[in-house]
Amino acid sequence: MATRFTKSMARNIFFGGSLFFFLLFLALTFDTNQKLPKRDNSQNLTASVIHGKKLWETNNCIGCHTLLGEGAYFAPELGNVYKRRGPDFIKAWIKGQPTGVPGRRQMPQFNFTEQELDSIVDFLKYTSEINTNNWPPNIEG
Amino acid sequence: MQYQSQAVAKPYFIAAIALFFGQIIFGLIMGLQYVVGDFLFPEIPFNVARMVHTNLLIVWLLFGFMGATYYLIPEESETELFSPKLAIITFWVFLAAGAATVLGYLLVPYASLAKFTGNDLLATMGREFLEQPLPTKVGIVVVVLSFIFNVVMTMLKGRKTAISLVLVLGLVGLAVFFLFSFYNPHNLVKDKYYWWWVVHLWVEGVWELILGAILAFVLIKVTGVDREVVEKWLYVIITMTLITGIIGTGHHYYWIGAPAYWQVWGSVFSALEPIPFFMLTIFAFNMVNKRRREHPNKAATLWALGTGVMAFLGAGVWGFMHTLAPVNYYTHGTQLTAAHGHMAFYGAYAMVVLTIISYAMPILRGRAANSNKAQVVEMWSFWLMTVAMVFITLFLTAAGVLQTWLQRISTTPMSFMATQDSVAIFYWMREASGVVFLIGLIVYITSFFIKGETKVS
Repeated sequence: MATRFTKSMARNIFFGGSLFFFLLFLALTFDTNQKLPKRDNSQNLTASVIHGKKLWETNNCIGCHTLLGEGAYFAPELGNVYKRRGPDFIKAWIKGQPTGVPGRRQMPQFNFTEQELDSIVDFLKYTSEINTNNWPPNIEG
Repeated sequence: MQYQSQAVAKPYFIAAIALFFGQIIFGLIMGLQYVVGDFLFPEIPFNVARMVHTNLLIVWLLFGFMGATYYLIPEESETELFSPKLAIITFWVFLAAGAATVLGYLLVPYASLAKFTGNDLLATMGREFLEQPLPTKVGIVVVVLSFIFNVVMTMLKGRKTAISLVLVLGLVGLAVFFLFSFYNPHNLVKDKYYWWWVVHLWVEGVWELILGAILAFVLIKVTGVDREVVEKWLYVIITMTLITGIIGTGHHYYWIGAPAYWQVWGSVFSALEPIPFFMLTIFAFNMVNKRRREHPNKAATLWALGTGVMAFLGAGVWGFMHTLAPVNYYTHGTQLTAAHGHMAFYGAYAMVVLTIISYAMPILRGRAANSNKAQVVEMWSFWLMTVAMVFITLFLTAAGVLQTWLQRISTTPMSFMATQDSVAIFYWMREASGVVFLIGLIVYITSFFIKGETKVS
């Protein structure tokens, strides 16, 4: 090794490299934002969908379920549940909780109104229509 | 200890260990709920146990990082802390806020908690890991800002080393990226996209800077190897961390509605992500092999070496296993994710905090190292916890592989719950390993109370 690799060289590579890749990340993010409207189903973000998302969040559904594969892994994937089960099943299921079957995983009773149930269904329908590059692999999520 | 004000680290370390204990208890509750679904229902539903488990993890690690910083910044800067009083006030504020938040999770339904705490003003709750109510989130920002202020002021009046520079850079990054937790667009794709700016850019970005700095500090102390060598390694490792980790965020963008090109960017860069962890392992072993002194604290050296190895296995190998887009298509959101998460967090962050506690706590208690007897017990706890974590990871991996097969790949895919029933045996074995982990943690805590011959520092 003829040239000696010094600490200040290492530091400069760190600052330069990190800055470069962070800027590249920002550029990719900018490009993603340009392309999102074609994929993210945002044209269907109605007031009801937005309300549904809020209900999804304020009841911490992500604490058991996954949505597009992210969340807890305790309960089924719901990104495609609208396609798997349909609106009536979803509403009946939420209303019927907890099942009370001994030893089975239990979902709490949230006492939603009909209108709130509709919003949740609308939110799950909107989610199922996002272009996810064909994920999940099958209807079982 | 060299500087009086380093003493403020002690309450931080004690709180960290106490919260760690709480985290494991809730982990065991959840593990049991996986197989006995109605355990503690409706008193502690799974989602509540999980929030407590993951939030305590984040908070105890933050306590650990802060304690570590308060311990090492005066020594690195060769000056007393700017304001020990502020550090103690920050400690109590943070602990009270953390306790109030956990009680909120446990005592009121989440929807009521959201209502009481002003989630309608600025909706930020109910997103994985960022479940904290608005006042807690604001509190975290205030605490972290006052903490960074204290640290930077200390640094400015003293010596500026690479270790303290990297540490502060990591802490500032932690604060900056946390701000994205306040951004919650209605558009789910954008919500998820920027959610990762906190979650990924923390654990696969700026936290690794903190990890590197703490480990480098301890290695200098226990090996006596030249600072120039250690700091050069540190720079090279964190360079690799950031150049792989920043674009590596892309491995979370495959299936959330982002453009398909992220599958290429994400796969290429996250395939490189194990490199910095591999270097970290080589670094730790190299430094210990080249050591110029026999430090009396053998336990701290063991933790430091363990951090490198386990971080490489958990974050590097288990991360790589399902990070390539064609693999991830089938494994995304399965128990494989849980397996990777457990070993990565334990190996990288839990262990580095335990490393600095192991090194600093005896000194804070007025001795260079604990007695041999206490160290032997501590090393037992190292092996119990670490081996238990290896088994937790292996059992979750088995569950994940089987789950992927039955639910996603098989020609007759099974439903989620039917699949869960089929892999229950692995959840039982994971729970048993969890009990061993808890025993290890109890042994660890016991080691603090074991007396014996010690050398005064």
